[in-house]
Amino acid sequence: MNAKDVLCQGYLRPDGSKGIRNKVLVLFTVECSMHLCQKIEQHFQKLGQDVETIGNPSCLDNQVAIRRLLSYSVHPNVGAVLAIGLGCEYVRPDKIAAFAKEHGRVSDWFYIQEQGGTEKGFQRGIKIVQTMLDTLAATPKEPMYLHELVIGAECGGSDFTSGLAGNALVGSLLDGLVDAGATCVFEELSEAVGLKNQIMKRAATQQAAKELADTYNKTVDFCNAFRQYSISPGNMVGGLTTIEEKSMGAFAKSGQRPIQGVLKIAQHPPHKGLWALDVLPDERLTPCFYQVGDATHMTELIAAGSHLVLLVTGRGHVVGNPISPVLKITGNTETFNKLKDDIDFDASPLLSGKATMPQLTKKLYQTITEICQGEKTHAERLGHREGFILFNYQHPNQVVKTCQWNS
Amino acid sequence: MVSTQTAYVVTPEDNVATALGDISTGKIQLTGTYSEDKNGVSALQKISFGHKIALCAIGKGEPIIKYGCIIGLSTTAISKGEHVHLHNMKSCYDQRAETFDIQTTSSTDMEYKLY
Repeated sequence: MNAKDVLCQGYLRPDGSKGIRNKVLVLFTVECSMHLCQKIEQHFQKLGQDVETIGNPSCLDNQVAIRRLLSYSVHPNVGAVLAIGLGCEYVRPDKIAAFAKEHGRVSDWFYIQEQGGTEKGFQRGIKIVQTMLDTLAATPKEPMYLHELVIGAECGGSDFTSGLAGNALVGSLLDGLVDAGATCVFEELSEAVGLKNQIMKRAATQQAAKELADTYNKTVDFCNAFRQYSISPGNMVGGLTTIEEKSMGAFAKSGQRPIQGVLKIAQHPPHKGLWALDVLPDERLTPCFYQVGDATHMTELIAAGSHLVLLVTGRGHVVGNPISPVLKITGNTETFNKLKDDIDFDASPLLSGKATMPQLTKKLYQTITEICQGEKTHAERLGHREGFILFNYQHPNQVVKTCQWNS
Repeated sequence: MVSTQTAYVVTPEDNVATALGDISTGKIQLTGTYSEDKNGVSALQKISFGHKIALCAIGKGEPIIKYGCIIGLSTTAISKGEHVHLHNMKSCYDQRAETFDIQTTSSTDMEYKLY
């Protein structure tokens, strides 16, 4: 792995970013416009076109919700955005379209109420998206180097192999990527309970140490307030005994390199290197956080700018994402054989001793290069695009030390 | 996963290893990164695929170490070669740690009845 490795011919956006996909995003600003957006998405997907939808589920707004939508509208894998609102919600589709345009994306917007309803909105929508697709067909392509890549790491459906093989492999890959100047983001500080010392040792700077300590404390507060720890009876049947044990397995995917700091929801990494992402809300907005699964957490990694996400599983996983490819890895050979159509990469040779860590890391890097070059992941091939956006709240400017869960 | 009696050790400081297949009583082979003094463990009982085995004697209240990290404390004295799980260790953080049923792993602190 080298900073100057050419991963692929990236889609060059006018703001200088490069994407590994070239998508039109149909974005809903409120639940009420979701159906129309999905209708437009499905119309084009049936024609084999790269049109996707995602959006805000609430009639309300807050700074997190708006930043997330803005981040999607200028994601490097997205070339054009159509924002559709109903007409009476807080979030403004015109402002999202204007932001996307400022960042060099083709953009448009309308309100369904002004358009005259679902049918007329649909006709207008497909006309706009067709024009966008025609424009995007001429997107220039340029070599995309390894140091330009942003990659996300997530795990879900864990078993004992996750920590020993799948996450350990992702950790090894991330070490190589960080050394080559790429940007890596990992999530799941909620699965770091019991690891304060291990996390703090990895802080790159004093500021990073402060952010990591504050986020860790906030997370432990949250777990104690709800008496919910991220270890389930199924994990225990599989041999994991404590949250600390599961946490170490999950944290293994961050590798060994220094952590540059904590990203808040929809914050892009300020510079290259390894970053932790805090997805936990700062204040009580129950029951938002526990309405989540791995797919929703991956939407947050993608709001941080990830071109693609690695998802490690033990028991098996199937999900994907509308904006970025999701590459699934397991260290459990039985799971890999059983879910062969869904899981992209087999890390089990690490445990059987049939391959070494450097060999498998190299193979995984090769697979990632192929995905960047346009090879579809199983999730993309099967049409998986799960994950909804949560109506969470975080402080607009800083990583906070405690949450309001106890008050 | 692995047909022989094999258990995986993550770091040399670890006092438990993870079974890579269903282990029956008798000698086991270690893989991963382990210190030689931990080698030569015999399983005292059956240990299921993915479960932990003690690599040395562990006194009551002592740390259980995996990944070079304390993953909990023993709740009773543990012999070398014994199965290590909910029946003889617990989390230092999880407030529900001792509510899990040892046989079924279900939490026992929720009532399944109406008001």
